Amino acid sequence: MTATLPPYDDVLDRYDPVLGLETHVELGTVTKLFCGCSTAFGADPNTQVCPVCLGLPGSLPVTNGAAIDYTVRIGLALHCRIAEWCRFARKNYFYPDMPKNFQVSQYDEPLCIDGYLDVDVDGETFRIEIERVHLEEDTGKSMHVGGSTGRIHGATHSLVDYNRAGIPLVEIVTKPIAGIGHKAAAVARAYVTELRDLLRGLGVSDVRMEQGSLRCDVNVSLMPRGATQFGTRSETKNVNSLRSVERAVRYEVERQASRLDAGERIVQETRHFHEDSGTTSPGRSKEEAQDYRYFPEPDLVPLAPAADWVEQLRTTLPEPPSVARKQFATEHGFTELELTQMTNAGVVDLVRETIAAGAAPGKARGWWLGYLVGRANDAGVEAMSLAITPAQVARVSALEDDGTLTNKLARQVVEAVLAGEGEPDAVIEAHGWKVAGEDELVAAVDAAIAANPDVASKVRDGNQGALGPLVGAVMKSTGGSADAKRARELLLERLGGA
Amino acid sequence: MNELLTATATELAARIASREVSAVEVAQAHLARIAEVDEKVHAFLHVDTGGALAQARRVDAGEITGPLAGVPLALKDVIVTKGVPTTAGSRILEGWIPPYDATIVERMRAAGIVVLGKTNMDEFAMGSSTEHSAYGPSRNPWDLTRTPGGSGGGSSAAVASYQAPLGIGTDTGGSIRQPAAVTGTVGAKPTYGGVSRYGLIAFSSSLDQAGPCARTVLDAALLHEVIGGHDPRDSTSIDAPVPPVVEAARQADVTGMRIGVVTQFKGDGYQPGVLARFEESVALLEKLGASIEEVSCPHFDYALPAYYLIAPSEASSNLARYDAMRYGLRVGDDGDASAEEVMAATRDAGFGAEVKRRIILGTYALSAGYYDAYYGQAQKVRTLITRDFASAFERVDVLVSPTTPTTAFTLGERVDDPMAMYLADLCTIPSNLYGGPGLSVPCGLSDDGLPVGLQIMAPVQADDRMYRVAAAVEAALGSDKLLEKAPRL
Repeated sequence: MTATLPPYDDVLDRYDPVLGLETHVELGTVTKLFCGCSTAFGADPNTQVCPVCLGLPGSLPVTNGAAIDYTVRIGLALHCRIAEWCRFARKNYFYPDMPKNFQVSQYDEPLCIDGYLDVDVDGETFRIEIERVHLEEDTGKSMHVGGSTGRIHGATHSLVDYNRAGIPLVEIVTKPIAGIGHKAAAVARAYVTELRDLLRGLGVSDVRMEQGSLRCDVNVSLMPRGATQFGTRSETKNVNSLRSVERAVRYEVERQASRLDAGERIVQETRHFHEDSGTTSPGRSKEEAQDYRYFPEPDLVPLAPAADWVEQLRTTLPEPPSVARKQFATEHGFTELELTQMTNAGVVDLVRETIAAGAAPGKARGWWLGYLVGRANDAGVEAMSLAITPAQVARVSALEDDGTLTNKLARQVVEAVLAGEGEPDAVIEAHGWKVAGEDELVAAVDAAIAANPDVASKVRDGNQGALGPLVGAVMKSTGGSADAKRARELLLERLGGA
Repeated sequence: MNELLTATATELAARIASREVSAVEVAQAHLARIAEVDEKVHAFLHVDTGGALAQARRVDAGEITGPLAGVPLALKDVIVTKGVPTTAGSRILEGWIPPYDATIVERMRAAGIVVLGKTNMDEFAMGSSTEHSAYGPSRNPWDLTRTPGGSGGGSSAAVASYQAPLGIGTDTGGSIRQPAAVTGTVGAKPTYGGVSRYGLIAFSSSLDQAGPCARTVLDAALLHEVIGGHDPRDSTSIDAPVPPVVEAARQADVTGMRIGVVTQFKGDGYQPGVLARFEESVALLEKLGASIEEVSCPHFDYALPAYYLIAPSEASSNLARYDAMRYGLRVGDDGDASAEEVMAATRDAGFGAEVKRRIILGTYALSAGYYDAYYGQAQKVRTLITRDFASAFERVDVLVSPTTPTTAFTLGERVDDPMAMYLADLCTIPSNLYGGPGLSVPCGLSDDGLPVGLQIMAPVQADDRMYRVAAAVEAALGSDKLLEKAPRL
């Protein structure tokens, strides 16, 4: 079915895109939104539940004040107005992962209204206007068993884990983002990146996209260039990485253009994003969508944040991430390009913490940007989710600096830490990894010369390019623990090529 | 009859405290009474003999003391009890054993009250006769061919037939007060938020309120004091002390009180005998030193229609959780059916006709495009009724009316006529919409020889006023002796 789509840039010469981004953030409160259950990720299924979050008959919700505090801080950081009075509402629909078959959310009375977030793309600043920030409870998680795909189709049965049910979820909704032309996909990515950094800076969420603590719905529509009437939009749900946000926008722009070019109309519908192919496919059509029968939640009293309390929270806000990043760059002597690279890769905080743990700024940057980001991409996760801490990276870097490890060995240690083998020093100890001593090295060099007389004589004749195989032999016989630079020096001493 | 059965809760507690009788003996006498008469009355859905005797033994061992320690109680089956079946009168919860106790159950246990068992009710408290119970109706001890009212007919029938001196009901539109009126007992709906709803299976969250059933005003007040007060597990619970209800019940003096008679509660549909007892009660109150004033509450006429939009709307959402996925009945799970099909089959099999009627009504009223015309409009009426009460309470201390327009009706008489059934709550619904307290106290027998209730309504958090008036009426009329006129079972 996937006919060739018109290329993105080509499409945007002819159409103006309009985006809308709805971001769900799981708050990092210790307990759930309406009960005292833990919010910790990764526990055995249905072990963090109680009558309230299971929706047992007779149970009642009580609002967690910390979740209100976090939401108001998010609203303030996004320059929103904080409602003086608002209510929770029930969103009614049937689904097995919803214990009560309604979700306690907010409808026409959100906690935070009308704000903005500025994002930079290629040196140009875009002001993304925020329509609302509201608080709601998360649902449980269904696992479909017996099918090949893990999806509900073809499954023989489903299991539901309610540990996630009732975790506080903040929804941040932008106003339509127009006038961004060819930069649509980049703006979408930059917005989610900036939002993520802002949320992390506020300390309100661990914002791990691959664990679902930050999820994004991407709404896209196209209109002919110069038009003012927005086109019909598609809503791509649960896009779970920064890269996917960008790809989802690109794909939807291309897909919708192919439809419009063919004289077809766009159906307003929910779509699913596929990480593997970078494409989207239709979910349920909005035209047959449910009526959620919202009404004010009668089990909860209205929220009325006191003005002086809100003002007090405002004074506790950290620097916005853009300001904090610039200070960081200046302090450690990073160039603007280096900062941009680190920002885009989402490693600014990791580099900062690695430096704080004792690593030189250049080394810290090098480890994350030059090695670990690649490993994260391979694993399909964000760098911050790798199983290595900034302190461990700093330790490896220190061992490399003092000559305990060669660069190759250092990478082996990092790999072992990533594989869960423990702290760097323990890994080195367990594997017996160490830089080969001078005596061992000398013996290995002599052995390499003896074993490769032809190559050795070429070097003696002045052909330094022939040195490579001899260095390789030394590295091989020392199990990679040799300092390659020193081995080279020794070889040249012996063969008189220095 | 064994005098342990006819004694008031106050008397029983005193005798148990003085070791004149043991709590176990009292519990056993009541369990024997249940075994003897409940086949005829069908007040109980589940009798918890083991739990009752264990609690009585704790009282006898001196582990728990207090003004109601050792007194048996009949608990409406809409209140969640840990380890004891809780059905809310519905097939859909058959077999469910709750893993937790309602706050009021914890409080009653801590006060030494002995819960004998769980009482019958209209399914999910939707009804005025117990005929909508999935487990068959309860019968009125005054005339076994008649209903004991509803939805809390089981608790009131148990109290009226001496199976328990105390009961717990819940009142969404009159489900404590109307059964009290037609069984010749006392029933009080506290101020909304005065008693925790944690563990009360929700019918309509903004209207539901648990309260006491008893044979005397003082007994009701003592129970009110035990279950009342702030609960951090219920957001809508009022963070203030329980109004001085026991003191008021002991005071029993209306001298100088201003009592309002609601103009709207009379006329067509009111049984002459009911109106006659009501008017006599008003005259009595005047004689006892109160001043009487006619008060118009113009929007009370809209209370019933507003109620029948708000309550079903909230119910349609509250009852959505009964879907066979986590607990209770599961129908149609043959291995091939989808979750959606199992949900639908279970809800079809597990809910009775009246519950379905209200779910459909509420779902419709909340639908996009109808919300403003129905639910939104009903909320406006609620505001107007609240204003009616507010302006009435500027002039008077309490309002009085008949509790219910007629005496107990016969089984089957209204079950196929929802409108006739709904009219039983005509006088009680305004209090729920407004959130204020209401109490029904017996005020004599109608021409048909059946009991009539006087309703007293007070401002929010002035529950003590209604106990004061009720106790005065009870003392003057000998209402606490009225049940002696009921036929022996």
